[in-house]
Amino acid sequence: MDYATLLQILDSTLRLATPLLLACLAGLFSERAGIFDIGLEGKMLAAAMASGAVAASGMSIVLLIPLTSVEVVVISPVMFGLIAGILASLLFALIHAVASITFRGNQLISGVALNFLASGITVLVAQRLFGQGGRTPPISGDARFNPITLPFAESLRDVPVLGPLYYEVISGHSALVYVALLAVPASWWVLYRTRFGLRLRAVGENPAAVDTAGISVTGLRYAAVALTGILCGLAGAYMATALQAGFGREMTAGRGYIALAALIFAKWRPVAALWACLLFGFFQALALRPDVVERVAGLKVPVPFLDALPYALTVIVLAGFIGRAIPPRAGGEAYVKER
Amino acid sequence: MSLMKFLLCASAMALTAGAALAEPAIIYDLGGKFDKSFNEAAFNGAERWAKETGGSYKELEMQSEAQREQALRRLAESGANPVVMTGFAFGDVLNTVAPDFPDTKFAIIDMVVEQPNVKSVVFNEHEGSYLVGMMAALASKTGTVGFIGGMDIPLIRKFGCGYAQGVKAVNPDATVILNMTGTTPAAWNDPVKGAELAKAQKSQGADVIYAAAGGTGIGVLQTAADEGILSIGVDSNQNYMHPGKVLTSMLKRVDNSVYEAFKEGDALTTGINVMGLANDGVGYAMDDNNAALVTPEMQAAVDAAAEKIKSGELAVHDYTSDNTCPAASF
Repeated sequence: MDYATLLQILDSTLRLATPLLLACLAGLFSERAGIFDIGLEGKMLAAAMASGAVAASGMSIVLLIPLTSVEVVVISPVMFGLIAGILASLLFALIHAVASITFRGNQLISGVALNFLASGITVLVAQRLFGQGGRTPPISGDARFNPITLPFAESLRDVPVLGPLYYEVISGHSALVYVALLAVPASWWVLYRTRFGLRLRAVGENPAAVDTAGISVTGLRYAAVALTGILCGLAGAYMATALQAGFGREMTAGRGYIALAALIFAKWRPVAALWACLLFGFFQALALRPDVVERVAGLKVPVPFLDALPYALTVIVLAGFIGRAIPPRAGGEAYVKER
Repeated sequence: MSLMKFLLCASAMALTAGAALAEPAIIYDLGGKFDKSFNEAAFNGAERWAKETGGSYKELEMQSEAQREQALRRLAESGANPVVMTGFAFGDVLNTVAPDFPDTKFAIIDMVVEQPNVKSVVFNEHEGSYLVGMMAALASKTGTVGFIGGMDIPLIRKFGCGYAQGVKAVNPDATVILNMTGTTPAAWNDPVKGAELAKAQKSQGADVIYAAAGGTGIGVLQTAADEGILSIGVDSNQNYMHPGKVLTSMLKRVDNSVYEAFKEGDALTTGINVMGLANDGVGYAMDDNNAALVTPEMQAAVDAAAEKIKSGELAVHDYTSDNTCPAASF
């Protein structure tokens, strides 16, 4: 395999890993707070539809903020779409929170129900709005996240080895890819270096102790689920307005579930989540190039095998062959205050 | 007793009323009614019939694999006649359901089901794909062209195989890159993966990509347009989706078949109906959107091949006949 091919595969890896990473971090916040969320898929789908629809409408908003002088802030269609995507995802997150925190319902059932709801309602709304079969119209220009060339990418291009790597793989993605990558250290910092993070982790391990300390379990869990909603919103908007030019029926194609697998693979830790998602993204990118796999491996590897690898690896990790994956202890259980 | 008689009488009337008003019905496969491609062509055919005759028809969109048999039985029980279904995946189910409704006529597109009350419509997609393959090879500057299929099934390989043969007929040294999106029905609806496959093929030098992948193809066409290479649509005329960037579309006149089936009504002729180039079942699309891309020479070469196929002088190998392909390996 030559260097150019490797770079192409890594480039593809980064694009494919981004929605997984955002969804994986989303799941991380929720599950670390003790709320299992199988509805990542549904939230991404809802966000993809909302952002695609709003971006396609081409609306931009001019905000006049009266500070010392009147500030004019223009929100372009793509940013407006992003906001709409996050709001749609937050709405789904809120339903999940109300069902599983306030009403102490089964978190898995609520998540599955929301996935079904998202699958149906996205098509219904898009069909009602645009009449194009549950698809949003194709978008272009400032209704879409366009690739960004990072500083010095052009000038460093001729530096051997690292230059092309920087130019081809790291530079030239849409803004949300960099947001996703920055979300990893940010998540780590929030979880391990802030009081909020400590409490959030505690509420997933031992909510009774948190409650005894006089901190609201419900409030913390709502906050965690809201963070999940925001991150899923970014993931959905990335798919509809950066990777693709619009929303299509079921366009997330199971990425929410792969993100859950990555979360388990990463043992619920943010930095490990980055590596897990990059690895899974790499498998997906490899599956696109069966010819390369055949040349490197020397035998014909069936594409479905590569598609199945993330799940197989997750099962291996769960079975305890590579360390042990221990979920947050209070995960999946509604907190009931002792009377 | 009189009540009983009344009920019997009423039900008999209801039955006759049902028979007199037998509406045709159509079931769309998992790609969805508005996939801009295969199922949408079926929908257009049904709509054309409704517009011309003023009649109405029943329709049902599949949501999951598990619904197939239930959906089919429900429509048959409701008195719909004929019941048309799009998609190879209905084959097994129809084989078990058809004998239970001997008075109902069924039509299945893309699959052969040998039952006395079933009309099986199959298309010679390899012939149409051969023509667009020639077109791709004539338009390609790099000598490398791509094919992106949806779910990896023999039918889609038939598309790919016909395409590869057409490419090689024009340029024996050309490289044809063949990729399938997946092995599950989700492969029909994954535009993101379609887009990545298109990018991967472009990086291997492909400058014309043929997508036979349902909703996934939308991502392929979009990426090809973004990346400045050409694409070829499938089933319906998709040239309009990115004017000037879609070379042509392989037409599969599913609309005509549905229209014909609806028109025949309960007098549907059963048996196998093969739609090829000769009876305008397949072809390639020319319109204002791709007029600038296709030179008269290209069109003449392709039309000449089409005539040869029609007359039987040129035989395009059908992958599904023996599961091998002379021009490509899957």
